[in-house]
Order: sequence, then structure tokens, then C-alpha cells
Amino acid sequence: MITTILTTIAIVGGMAGFLALLLVVAEMFFANYGEVIIDINGKRKLKVKGGSSLLSTLNENKIYLASACGGRGSCGFCKCKVRSGGGPLLPTEKPFLSPDEIKDNVRLSCQVKVKEDIAIIIPEEIFNVRQFAGVVSKIEDHTYDIKELTIQLTQPTEINFKAGQYVQLQSPRYGKIKQKVSRAYSISSSPDHTDYIQLIIRRVPDGICTTWVHDFLKEGDEVSFTGPFGDFFIQDTRADMLFVAGGSGKAPIKAMLEYLDARNSTRRMGYFFGARSRKDLYLDDLFATWEKSMRNFAYYPVLSQPTEQCEWDGRCGYVMPYFDEFIQDVNNTEAYLCGSPGMIAAVVKYLVSKGIPKEKIYFDSFA
Amino acid sequence: MEINAFIIFIASIFTSNILLTNFLGMCSFLSVSKEVESSVGLGLAVVFVMTLTTALNYVVYHMVLVPLNIVYLQYIIFIIVIAAFVQLTEMMLERFSPVLYYSLGIFLPLITVNCAILGVSLFMIIRNYSFLQSIAFGAGGGLGWLLAILALAGIRQKVRYKFVPKGLQGAGLSMIITGIMAMAFIGFSGIVVIQ
Ligand SMILES: Cc1cc2nc3c(=O)[nH]c(=O)nc-3n(C[C@H](O)[C@H](O)[C@H](O)COP(=O)(O)OP(=O)(O)OC[C@H]3O[C@@H](n4cnc5c(N)ncnc54)[C@H](O)[C@@H]3O)c2cc1C
Ligand code: FES
Repeated sequence: MITTILTTIAIVGGMAGFLALLLVVAEMFFANYGEVIIDINGKRKLKVKGGSSLLSTLNENKIYLASACGGRGSCGFCKCKVRSGGGPLLPTEKPFLSPDEIKDNVRLSCQVKVKEDIAIIIPEEIFNVRQFAGVVSKIEDHTYDIKELTIQLTQPTEINFKAGQYVQLQSPRYGKIKQKVSRAYSISSSPDHTDYIQLIIRRVPDGICTTWVHDFLKEGDEVSFTGPFGDFFIQDTRADMLFVAGGSGKAPIKAMLEYLDARNSTRRMGYFFGARSRKDLYLDDLFATWEKSMRNFAYYPVLSQPTEQCEWDGRCGYVMPYFDEFIQDVNNTEAYLCGSPGMIAAVVKYLVSKGIPKEKIYFDSFA
Repeated sequence: MEINAFIIFIASIFTSNILLTNFLGMCSFLSVSKEVESSVGLGLAVVFVMTLTTALNYVVYHMVLVPLNIVYLQYIIFIIVIAAFVQLTEMMLERFSPVLYYSLGIFLPLITVNCAILGVSLFMIIRNYSFLQSIAFGAGGGLGWLLAILALAGIRQKVRYKFVPKGLQGAGLSMIITGIMAMAFIGFSGIVVIQ
């Protein structure tokens, strides 16, 4: 009896052990890519352990590419150019790349595995990107679905960015949500304040990160984010500036205007804020004070669905027809748009038809 | 049993389809049948793994379990063999063919716990198949599974544009479709008999 039990255990154990050994050997043999070198922009060389994705390998070396899906290949943010050594383009990447990008060897860094020496090109600004920790020092309710957070930085204690850039806020596991996510939010405070940032966050029904911010986050809580990212910022020219942004799209515009106001800018500027009804308007007082302090700045709130038949004495309908109030010379006008992809597409089309050159239209699409 | 291996092959695709007659391998069948492309990927991975694990398990059973007189351990041993095989395949694919890895390899972990794979190995023992018969049975079983999931995915892609009552959406409707498909497959049952 005892011998039967023991032999059985020995046999099963032996077979399992043999297969485990086989796998361990295979793992050492097949999954070990040794040390490889990542060449960045032809200037920097990183010696890393091969085998993981390019995105996470760079992250481990404190180089943070944008990523909103945590490397699952579903956001398309983590693009970078791979000059050599990334292996073939994978089916998981194709949906996120335009034909031009494919020709240009742009890849999704979360899908590219570092298995051999690899040469990549990333924007120099990325070296500025860090992981930050901070404490929520203030939460303000701007409307029924928009809150503005003030995050006091704790580690590191200073951030340098350009007005218009965004950060990726990380939401923890909470309530029924079992996954951590990171979502992009434009910084709404001026870069002149380096010890804190502000974010304007609009509730997306059932959204993972926004529900956390609106229903769970409290003043005094610790949060973390990476940044700054993005190439939506003020161009250093003298052209007139047309800003168009509704809802939480106001965030980067607020940062830009605060920055310009601090420099007593005299550029001609007009900000068209499209909202549905009066209860969607916010921070109007602040923009009104800027109208006073910057003599060439004008704020144009436009309501698309005022509750009472245009009960207010302002502009009604869509924002676009009102641009004529501001635009004087189409060849000397830059446009800065921020908001949903649909809004941006419509406004770009309109502005181009008005004669504003496409390359002078700058935008940040919130999707 | 002296049935021609080719007949077993055909039969396990049509008349004794592992999924539609034995209802094995349902969980990945229901969850990965939303679109044709990924269902083909999973189906091909099943064909590959099923054929080779059946062969492997045949060897293990007749060379190890029978001589040592421990055939009652077949369940646990088969499971270990399948798991190790899948893991090894995944590793090799990832190393040598990233493209194949991303089209087939990502489904491999789903297959480790697919009961159709274990089912085929066990049936092969119960039915006393020879080595050749077993391979034909494994390959046919896999192809039959592929055929079934492909059919369901095709139907589900169409259904997406139709109105489906709330209570039936998703798995509910898929089960009904599977049931009807199983009935339709009964139509093949006169052709060959292997059980
Ligand atoms: C560059 C950039 C800057 C951004 N800046 C800001 C900002 O300053 N303020 C701000 O509030 N948001 C901003 N966003 C949007 C933000 O990153 C999130 O997409 C949004 O807050 C939803 O996140 P969530 O986790 O709550 O929702 P998720 O859980 O991701 O989504 C829930 C559901 O809502 C849908 N959905 C996702 N995003 C939107 C959306 N924007 N509108 C409608 N439906 C949506 C999804 O398809 C999904 O079905 C920005 C996005 C980008 C790309
Ligand atoms: S990180 Fe989201 S697609 Fe790569």
C-alpha cells in the first residue's frame, strides 16, 4: 500500500519535475535575450536586459513615453520611431498607424519587444517627462459635471512644462474597478507655478478615471501622474490667436492665457467657449478679468442650447458663425482648438474654408 | 477497433464534432467567437495543439502509464503534458516568429484550460485508438472545433446588426445558435459512424 502511494507520487512528481526542468531550460534558452543596447536619437545608448516591451524597458530607465492603456495596445499613444531592430510590424499595431507612419517606421512601443540592439527616435522633450507624486490640496466644483483639482507636488517638488501640455493621471483600484488606468488631462494652471498643477476634469458617465475623480477623490489624497506630454503650445509669433474650446477643453486655454497675462501680452486674442446652456459655463469671472488686464483679449461664450429661448443676452447657436467677430486677417491668424475629435474636425474644416492655412491650426484632441 | 484513420478524421470533423456533439471547449468557444478573424486564430491554435498533444499523450500513455501500471493517473498526467506543451510552444513562437505569435500565440494560454483538448486525449484512450488513428482523431477534432467556432463567429457578426432582446444578448443567443448548429450537424450523422 505505502509503496504504491510512494511510487505514484514519485512518478507524477518525476514527470512534472521533468517537464518543469524542460521549461526552465527552454526559458533560459529561448526567453533570454541577454543584454541589448537601445540607441536613442543616435545620442544616448542604454544597456538593458532584453525580453520586455520597449515601452516598459524605457520606463524602467526613467524615460516615460505617453501611454494611456498601460501597454495593452489599445490607446495608440506610445508611438515612437524605430530605425532598426524592432522586428516586423505586428497586426496589433496596424490599426493605430497611418500609411505615412508605417512608411516612416513608426511603431507602438508597447508592442515592440526588445530582443536585439535597437535604434529609436523620440522627441527630446520626453527626457523631461517624469513620474510625479502629489497631494490634492483643493477640489473645486465648476459645474455639475466639471471639477478642478489642484495638486501640490511632493516628489519631485517642481515641474517644468509649457502651457498647453498635458499629464497622465493614474487612477488606483477603487470600488468595483479592479484595474489601474492612466488618462490624459491638460494642465490648466500656468507654467509659472512650478510647485503645483491644476487639472479640469469633466465626468464621463461610467468612465473609470473620471468617476474616481468625481466620486472618490478627496482633498488631502495622494495622487501620481507622469508628464508633461504633448506639442500643443503657444507659437512664438505675433499673429492673432483664435482659441476654440468647450467643456474641459478650457483647461489648456486657461493655462495659456494665464501665462500670456503674466507677460502682459498685447497679441490680439479671442476665446470662443462653446457650451450647451448657462449651467455649463464656468470660470467666466476669471476670463472677464483677463479681458480687462489684456486689452487685446476678448472672451466669447456661446450657448448652443440655452434653456429659455436664448434667455441670456449673449450669443446663441454654434460657435463657428461668431468667429467673424474676431478674425480680421486670415493670413495673420493662428487657431488653437481643444476638445472632442468631432468638434475639432468641424472647426478645422470651417477655418480652412475661411482661408486659414491648415498648418496654423493647432489642436489637442481629447480622445 | 479497426476503423480507417481517414474515416476517423472526417467523422471527427462532421459527425462527431467534439464541440457540437460532446459540447467540449465551450468557454473559449463562446468568448472568442465575436469576430471571424480572431476565431480563426484561436481555431488554428486549437488544431495545432490538439493534434500534437494527442500524439504526445498517446506516447506518454502507452510508453509510461501502461508499463508502470498507473493508467488511473492519466488525467493529471495529460493535463501536465498539455500545459507544458502549450507553454513551450508559446515561448518558441514568441522567439522565432513574432508575427505568428501575435496571430496565434496570444490564444495559446486560453487553450491550456480548454477541455476539448483534454477530452480528445481521453477519448482516444477510451476508444482504444492506434497511434495513426489518434493523430487523425486529434487533427480532425481540432478542425471540427475550428469549423464550429468559425460558423458561430460568422453568424454572430451578422447578428450584431440585428435587434436582439436584452435578455438574449451575448452568451444567451450564442448558446441558442450553438444548439441549432448542433442539430444541423445531426444531418451528417448517417455518413460515417465511429462511436
Ligand atoms: C491629450 C488629451 C488631453 C485631455 N485633456 C482632458 C482634460 O483636460 N479634461 C478632461 O476632462 N478630459 C481630458 N481628456 C480626456 C481624458 O483623457 C479621458 O479620456 C476622459 O476623462 C475619460 O476617462 P475615463 O477613464 O473616465 O473613461 P473611460 O473609462 O476611458 O471611458 C468610459 C467610456 O466613455 C467613453 N469615453 C472616453 N472618453 C470620452 C470622452 N472624452 N467623451 C465621451 N466619451 C468618452 C469611452 O469610449 C468609454 O465607453 C484628454 C484626452 C487627451 C487625449
Ligand atoms: S501604451 Fe497604449 S497602445 Fe501602447
